[in-house]
Amino acid sequence: MIGYILRRILAVIPVMLLVAVFVFALLRLTPGDPAAIIAGDMATPAQLERIREAMGLNQPLHVQFVTWVGQLLRGDLGTSLISNTPVTSMIGARIGPTLSIAVLTILMSVALAVPMGVIAAWKHRSGADYTVMAFSVLGFSVPVFVIGYVFILIFSLKLGWFPVQGFTPISRGIGPFLYNAFLPALTLTTIYVALIARMTRANMLEVLGEDYIRTARAKGAPERTVLFRHALKNAAVPILTVIGTGFALLIGGVVVTETVFNIPGIGRLTVDAILARDYPVIQAMILLTSFLYVLVNLVIDLSYTFFDPRIRY
Amino acid sequence: MLFKTRNFDAAPVALSAEALTVNLPDTPGVPQVLKGIDVTIRQGETVCLVGESGSGKSVTSLAVMGLLPEALKVAGGKILLQGQNLLPLSQAQMRELRAARVAMIFQEPMTALNPVLRVGDQIMEVMELHTRLSAAERRRRAIDIMEQVHLPDVPRIFRSYPHQLSGGQRQRIMIAMALVLEPVLLIADEPTTALDVTTQKQILLLIDELQQKHGTAVLFITHDMGVVAEIADTVCVMKHGEIVEHGPVEQILRHPKADYTRKLLASVPSLAPRDPRAETQDIVLRVSKLNKIYGGGGIFRKLPQAHAAKDVSFSLTRGRTLGIVGESGSGKSTVARCIMRLIDPTSGRIELDGTDIATLSRGGLKPHRKRLQVVFQDPMRSLNPRWTIAQSLIEGPLNYGTPRREAMAEAARLMGVVGLPEDSLRRYPHQFSGGQRQRIAIARAVMMRPDVLVADEAVSALDVSVQAQVLELLDQLQRDLGIAIVFITHDLRVAAQICDEVIVMQRGEVVEHGPAGEVLAHPAHPYTRALIEAAPGRDWDFQNFRSMSESQDAHPA
Repeated sequence: MIGYILRRILAVIPVMLLVAVFVFALLRLTPGDPAAIIAGDMATPAQLERIREAMGLNQPLHVQFVTWVGQLLRGDLGTSLISNTPVTSMIGARIGPTLSIAVLTILMSVALAVPMGVIAAWKHRSGADYTVMAFSVLGFSVPVFVIGYVFILIFSLKLGWFPVQGFTPISRGIGPFLYNAFLPALTLTTIYVALIARMTRANMLEVLGEDYIRTARAKGAPERTVLFRHALKNAAVPILTVIGTGFALLIGGVVVTETVFNIPGIGRLTVDAILARDYPVIQAMILLTSFLYVLVNLVIDLSYTFFDPRIRY
Repeated sequence: MLFKTRNFDAAPVALSAEALTVNLPDTPGVPQVLKGIDVTIRQGETVCLVGESGSGKSVTSLAVMGLLPEALKVAGGKILLQGQNLLPLSQAQMRELRAARVAMIFQEPMTALNPVLRVGDQIMEVMELHTRLSAAERRRRAIDIMEQVHLPDVPRIFRSYPHQLSGGQRQRIMIAMALVLEPVLLIADEPTTALDVTTQKQILLLIDELQQKHGTAVLFITHDMGVVAEIADTVCVMKHGEIVEHGPVEQILRHPKADYTRKLLASVPSLAPRDPRAETQDIVLRVSKLNKIYGGGGIFRKLPQAHAAKDVSFSLTRGRTLGIVGESGSGKSTVARCIMRLIDPTSGRIELDGTDIATLSRGGLKPHRKRLQVVFQDPMRSLNPRWTIAQSLIEGPLNYGTPRREAMAEAARLMGVVGLPEDSLRRYPHQFSGGQRQRIAIARAVMMRPDVLVADEAVSALDVSVQAQVLELLDQLQRDLGIAIVFITHDLRVAAQICDEVIVMQRGEVVEHGPAGEVLAHPAHPYTRALIEAAPGRDWDFQNFRSMSESQDAHPA
């Protein structure tokens, strides 16, 4: 097991190296010269050349790559071309809101979706099942900004329970944080509930047809025990996969929700950087997102062993 | 003593079903599933319900447990457990009764235990649900019952998960779980069908032993007349939801009254080998020193190896049948898959009409593929459910360039040969029974005009009467077309009826090889002897309603 974890962590290195090569190449291949962006429209060729030299852009590609990777390894993600602040501190300032809303969303989604899926599978083809399925289709099909604005309209403007927009970090207390973060998290939850409930229902349906469920009933187990002790643990692995992937997606940034609720998160940082061609920031974001994906996948894979003893690494 | 001759007239009745009727209320026009059956089981007695698939034997057991699938409803009658009618009971009352007073064990020990819970916990769960015993006491009783079912190394197995145990061990766990609360009635639904014969024998002995120890009444459901002969006190023969005949075991096997019982008994393949056919000289398949080793790879560390086939050699001449007999894990299917080149052998030669195909590439193999065809065990899964029978049948010949019209004509002809109407070609696999599907699978293989047909447990999933017909069909095709057959089976009775030669495999090695008559009548290897001795009901000549020794007296060799 420990050997496996070490091997998986070592395997992160080639993956990240490939991502680094890809990111590096991507920016060298896209049209547009970073030096020209920095210099602005009025720059002379001599000024441009000076900036290129300062940024190392006139060196051969492989030298540029090695220099850049060397900086990365020292934890230096470069400096923003626009604001001239280090990228690490920009991301540091934005990751808090994104991460806290992602965690809140996943917690709310799992708490709602898993019981919904279990009940839908248990009461297969009943009113409860159709209600859950209808909700799933709806939650998945309605665009997230529509849901966001509808929630604002109802909960903020009509009822006045929550603010229209803004963000308060957790460090200022859990109450103020929830006051601001609940509506955006609820908006995102509708999508993830739809996804996780569907997955739970499908897998529970399959497991409930298994022989050991009949055995459990033949032992005289009440339905609650059959569903949650015998069935859910067997259905857990694919559900976990969806939850994990969902979490990675949430951390990668949810631009629309962040825009609707005016949250200073990673998503908006990335979009702003792309619009301004702020290359160091874009590079850092791609690297960070891929790293998070690899990490989340590792955690999911390891968590399988907790639910299914047949999976051994 | 051949049969059990115990008398239970004085014993109290454990369970009686009276005029029990079950139907499908939401599907009009179909016959009742159970048409008013009567069964009585007394304490300490073993009642066998025998019948073919669809006869209603499992429905009877599930009705007693109150676990009928939603579509099925009890329409009338009574189910009396020690005089108490179970039908009016509420769900909660039925739950209390399950495992405590009526327990059940199922056919597939591989899937009947929850794979993600430790087996010790699964046994203790029964006591958690039904008693107020302390945790320590539950544990003590669980370990005690595990010892009673003769599990080795109980402390280790207590902590094991099902996948870490063998099939026989899992079935022992199921039995332990069923008997830990000492129920009045144990329902065993085909509990040994999925097990090897030697394991089957041990499990049958175990059920017998525990029954005597605890005085449990046993309702034993099986399709296997051999098992019936071994364990039954009383036999009920079921057909289409009715009990067509019942009585003490010896009476049923010696003097069956109902035509259906006679027919069922007559289809039980005899352990006495059939007369060998004429030997031919024309070798179509020669396998020499075939080895298959699994595992051993791994990038970071060497994985454990499994030697699934060790130096297997045999040859097969045109028009004859070679049986490969062995229990699960003996390597018989590995050999079959190597011959088919579905997997690549590690070393050795496989000569098909003189050409070594063991090392040919995919492309090089193509001209030879059509000469080697296969019929698999499960006809439910070996035909593409979205294709018509015609599509399945002509696919192979079309791949080899036969014009569609010609292939269709041949498919239509073969439907006649395998005894199916010609319009079957336009239908889909789900519209056929298991036996019919297996005929289609055979027709599909024969479409390619193969030299060698590999039948991998091809009749194991079929009822005995259907099994006899399919064996007859294979025999006829062999006579007409001169196909050589490699017949893989775990069932010695089937092997005796179809094979000219037999090889017996154990742990990847051939332990005995010879003419079927010789190997089955005078086994030389202890493993072969153990297999034959474990075959249930081997002392009874079912087809002639008499014991084997009486048969031998009638036909002195």
